[in-house]
Amino acid sequence: MREEIIIAGSGGQGIMFLGNLLCNVAVSLNKYTTFYPSYGAEMRGGTANCAVIISDDEIGSPVIAEPSILIIMNEQSYNKYLPKWLKSQKGGLLFFNSSLIYSKSSGAIYVPATEIAVKLGDVRSANMVMLGKFIKETKFFSVASVNDIIKKVLENKKNLLEINLSAFTEGAKL
Amino acid sequence: MIVGKTAKTKLSKSSKMKNDKILMKGNIAICEGAIDAGCDAYFGYPITPQNEAPAYMSKKMAELGRVFIQAESEVAAINMVFGAAICGKRAMTSSSSPGISLKQEGISYLAGAELPCVIVNVQRGGPGLGNISGSQGDYFQATKGGGHGDYHIIVLAPYSVKEMYDLTFLAFDLADKYRIPVMILTDGIIGQMMEPVDIGRKSEVGSRKSEKNWKLDGCKGREPRLIRSLFMEEGGLEKHNWHLKEKYDGIKKTEIRYEADFTDDAEVLIVAFGITARICKSAVKKLRQEGLKVGLIRPVTLWPFPEKVISEVASKSKKILVAEMNMGQMVEDVKLAVNGICPVEFLGKPGGAVFSEDEIIQKIKEI
Repeated sequence: MREEIIIAGSGGQGIMFLGNLLCNVAVSLNKYTTFYPSYGAEMRGGTANCAVIISDDEIGSPVIAEPSILIIMNEQSYNKYLPKWLKSQKGGLLFFNSSLIYSKSSGAIYVPATEIAVKLGDVRSANMVMLGKFIKETKFFSVASVNDIIKKVLENKKNLLEINLSAFTEGAKL
Repeated sequence: MIVGKTAKTKLSKSSKMKNDKILMKGNIAICEGAIDAGCDAYFGYPITPQNEAPAYMSKKMAELGRVFIQAESEVAAINMVFGAAICGKRAMTSSSSPGISLKQEGISYLAGAELPCVIVNVQRGGPGLGNISGSQGDYFQATKGGGHGDYHIIVLAPYSVKEMYDLTFLAFDLADKYRIPVMILTDGIIGQMMEPVDIGRKSEVGSRKSEKNWKLDGCKGREPRLIRSLFMEEGGLEKHNWHLKEKYDGIKKTEIRYEADFTDDAEVLIVAFGITARICKSAVKKLRQEGLKVGLIRPVTLWPFPEKVISEVASKSKKILVAEMNMGQMVEDVKLAVNGICPVEFLGKPGGAVFSEDEIIQKIKEI
């Protein structure tokens, strides 16, 4: 396999955390993987995106020119990445957070991630709802292996573990 | 890492990785390498894209009871390195391009006073404040002496997170061995990226081979020592410069490091370092699968430069391509090494932009 995934949204939406988590799952399953972040100077509110490559073979550049998967969490990032996507004509999977992206694009998978996260009690867990749906659709990794990694990564942040796990589980049911 | 000989890379699928790898960021690997090498003191001033390094060191060095100081400026930080090094301590600083410019006066003084230290440059786009993405625009500054005077420092160019660890560790040993500043010349991409690494930890035990019999640690019971970069007496500076030259010649003889892939039958040879070499390596693999005879030399030491091996391979090749994330810097050293034996083409990428594998592949097919 070789998947080149761009995850984009705004600072505070857990974009880096989501990318980081995917890489950690990949490592646990003996895949090659790279993570390359890019963000503005702000902690919250600025743009944030990261490039995650997961591959069976060694990876050269960690920077992605033509992604095979886009996970987009807000309208601003949608406007930035969709034109590039349409131009590349490479095809692949699109995951959009329909709670914050109002434009419609055919063939994309729409997930009301932020709405579900708010219902679960923490708007910040929208990223985990998205991860759940991503895993369900792509089947790159098993739900169990992702669950294990979430537990491992949040080992020292027990107060965040429960909401992240339930948001992930909720997303995987969609 | 390959020292002075050819690495054979097979085309077969790489063997599965072992599962004891951990996900690590390039900037953190630098810190781990420094800590394991017994770095006594870190001095720095924040700048993107290397901020993970001072942030991590501020915590780790304190835990280990070593010195961490966030200086009031880059100039202060490099002079603190001078102070720690002159007392015989293993000292380092890290910064990114604009900050490294500010340190140049200090680096020249360190070179003149022959003080060992490690300086990390996680390059970003320039000139001026430029931007915060990775670049290779500081090659000239690093290898040709960014400060004033007739000096060299050893320059190491890692191309993976693992090498960030290995070369930083090595940098402390080389610095002590030759009493010379050593620079890790990396970039914002390798600094910021994470990949799984089996760090293969080394220990400083045995790495500090000799007692520093020149250090200033109080002269009670012995003759006072003098360390300086000012030589006012007649002929004094000339003598000092001849001594430095002799030292640099020795380093050139023994410390050249590079990696060579598929160079035995290469018709086209790519020369690239750091992140660009990493991208070229994947491109070479793909081109070989298409049956094109392409090879790669990746200088690991940018100074001393592996000119001999480049010249040897060039004599059997039809063409050379130098790829760099700047508008043409290392290409000058390659041209000097090749000395007209075969044509040298250049592919550049300025302003903090990154090559794609396809761009390299396309260029090779063009030439």
